[in-house]
Parts: sequence; C-alpha cells; structure tokens
Amino acid sequence: MTTGATTSGATTSGPRLFSILRQGSILIASIHTALDDSQLERFREDLVDRIGRDRAKGVIIDVAALDVVDSFATRTLRGIADMARLRGARTVVVGIQPDVAFVIVQLGMDTGSLVTALDLEEGLTHLAATAGASIGPAR
Amino acid sequence: MTGTREDGLRRGSRTEPPRSLDGDQEALLPELVAHLREHRTKLREQWVSRIREETLLQAMTSQEMSAETTSVYDNYVEVLETGSVAALQQYARDLSERIIPRGVETHEVVGIVLLLRDVLARSLFEKYQRDFGMLNRVLDAYEPAANRIANTVAVSFVDERERVIRQQQDSIRELSTPVLPVRERLLILPIIGVLDRERARQLTVQLLGAIRTHRAKVVVIDITGVPGMDETVANHLVQTVDASRLMGASVIITGLSPDIAQTLVTIGVDLSKMATIGDLQGGLEEAERMLGYATARPDGAPAP
Repeated sequence: MTTGATTSGATTSGPRLFSILRQGSILIASIHTALDDSQLERFREDLVDRIGRDRAKGVIIDVAALDVVDSFATRTLRGIADMARLRGARTVVVGIQPDVAFVIVQLGMDTGSLVTALDLEEGLTHLAATAGASIGPAR
Repeated sequence: MTGTREDGLRRGSRTEPPRSLDGDQEALLPELVAHLREHRTKLREQWVSRIREETLLQAMTSQEMSAETTSVYDNYVEVLETGSVAALQQYARDLSERIIPRGVETHEVVGIVLLLRDVLARSLFEKYQRDFGMLNRVLDAYEPAANRIANTVAVSFVDERERVIRQQQDSIRELSTPVLPVRERLLILPIIGVLDRERARQLTVQLLGAIRTHRAKVVVIDITGVPGMDETVANHLVQTVDASRLMGASVIITGLSPDIAQTLVTIGVDLSKMATIGDLQGGLEEAERMLGYATARPDGAPAP
C-alpha cells in the first residue's frame, strides 16, 4: 500500500520488500530485505516519486536489515540522496551495520556526500536540526 | 669403521630375511628392559649427576629433580617395553605444563632426554662390550625407540609451550583494545604498543560494535603510545575512521607521533576527512565541544 501506485504487480505478490511511510514532512523508507538491482531501482523510483507527491523535506533510509551492501546499492543510495536534494529534500541513511560499514569503506565504494546516522532516532534529530538551520538561507 | 661396515652388512641382510631381524629385535627388547629395570637406581643417579654437570633444570629443587627423573626414567623404560608413546606423550605434556611457568627452556628438556639416552646407551656398551655383534643388535633395537622417545618429549614440550603462548596472545588481544565510555555518547580508545594488522582488525571490530552499543557520537582514538605503524595499518585506521562516520560517529585521532604523521603523509591517504588533534586533552575538549554543539546541530561536522 505505502509503496504507492508505481509498484508493479511483481512486488505485490510476495512479502513487502520495502516500505515508505510519511511522518510530517519526513519520509521514512525502510528496506526489509536484501534487494536485487531491479528491486533497488524500483525502490529509487518509488521514493523519488513520493518525495514530490508528499512534498517531503527530509528522507530517512533505514538499511538496518541489510547485512550486505554492494557497490550498486551504494551508488543507488547516493543517487537517491542527490535526486532528493534536487527535489528539495535532505536524505539521511541510518542503521548501517558495523560489518557493512567496514566493507563499504574497504572496497573503496564512494559514499560521496551521503549523510549517515546511527539509527532512526539519530536521523530524525539530524533532519530536525539541519532543516531548522537551512530554511533561513533557502527561502 | 667397524660399525659402518657392520651396518652395510646388516642392511644387505635386512632386505633378504627381514622377519628374522624383527624377531631378533623383539627378543632383545625384553632383555634390554630387564637390564634397565635392574640397574634403575644406579643409572638414574648417573643421569641426575650428568644433568647437574650440564647445569640443566636449575629451576628445580633436588627433591623435584629426583621425583621427575624417576618418573621420566620409568616412562622411558615403559615405552621401550610396550613401544607405545601415548602414555609418555601424556606425561610429557603434564610435565611441560608444570615446568613451563618456571622458565624451563626447550634446550633443557631436550637436553635431559638426550642425556638419559646417552647414559642408557653407555650402560649397554658396558654390558655388551665383549660381544660386538650382540651390542650392534641391541643398539639396533634401542636407538630407534630412544630417538622416538626424544622426539615425542620434545614435540610435546613445544606443543605445550605453543598452547601457552596462544593463550597469552588471546588474553593480550582482549586487553589490547579497550573501548571506554567517558561520557554519554563519547568513547575513548587508548592504544598502547605496536599496532599490527591483527590488532588493527580487532580494533575496528571492537570500535564499530561499541559505537552501536553505546550509541556513540564522538570517538577519540589516542595513539600517543603507538611507536609506529606500517602503511597497511595506517590505511586500515583511515578506513576505520570512514566506517565510523558511516555509522554516524565522528572520530578524533590524538597523539600522532612525528613518525606516524610522516607515514600518513607519505602514503598519501586522504587526510581531509580525518580530524586530528595534538594530544588527548585537546581531543577530549574538542569532543565535548562537538557534543555540546551536537544538541543544537547533531552530526554537523561531517560535511566535507
């Protein structure tokens, strides 16, 4: 339901792979299980679409359920953050597992300007703080 | 000379009727064992005096020496008799466990077993000196068994020592990377001593785990006590800092020595993402500032 209208029939048949919930002006996207490349692309499309429709100011992507994050996933997350910024929302990736964090660094995957936080709570605090700070110069 | 010629001769004969020689040896061993049992006290005393001469096992009192030499002697003879080293192996392991903490070295243990071998061989020479053929056959039976015993004891001792070393390494490793929560959301990692690869790996695992359990926001790694590090470890440290950032914690490194600073610059790691401060005091002050700052703007620091 929350994955929105763009969700195709393929994903509705099985258990939900990810969910996107709205909380005020913030979207909370949780990935529930390891996603393959095409599922990741659909996740990106759904999320970026929802940012515009819900007029979100912030996006939190919770990856705590992932115990493997490959270069495609890293690139996708970075892409989402950049697209979200273009559509007026800040993105925070939360819940990266210790092992995953080290593998991402060790394999030299470029996280670029990706903002990360320990968990959902930290992510929300961060968004609340930065949104407050950035509203001034933005408009 | 005679020995080698005899040897050659026997080797020739061994290929033809091997069974007869084996039978011969089997018959000789009990005789050998009986001889060694009979002269047990005398031979053991000879052995102990040889050990004294060579100033081996000085960590032991004379009482202990007499008790241990008796058991070693009996075990030795038993192996000659049964041909099974299992019991000796067990005994050697127990013995090693008892004497290793007292600083007995490998050369001493091997030394005393070889001395016993020599003492016993001498007594055989003495007994069979009239009959060279017999002496040769007795030695043929005795030498392989004796060498096997020396081997078993040495290997058991080294095994035991390695086990002790492994155990100590494990406990050192556990103690080597303490992660201390100093304040709410602030961890410090004092590192003392050389950071090798294994220890650097351990450090990463412990740190990333601790960030999660303590919900740390700032981590101060103090490497004042690290004399130097190679490129691999330096890179590993930089990766650990990056990985911590992915988990939402900022890392401050303090106490970089001139050598380490030079290493980091020479290998050309990206230092822009590494926050470094001269000493631990400064690092803690900065961390507290960041945490105080963090209530208004958490995670403000990592913007590149």
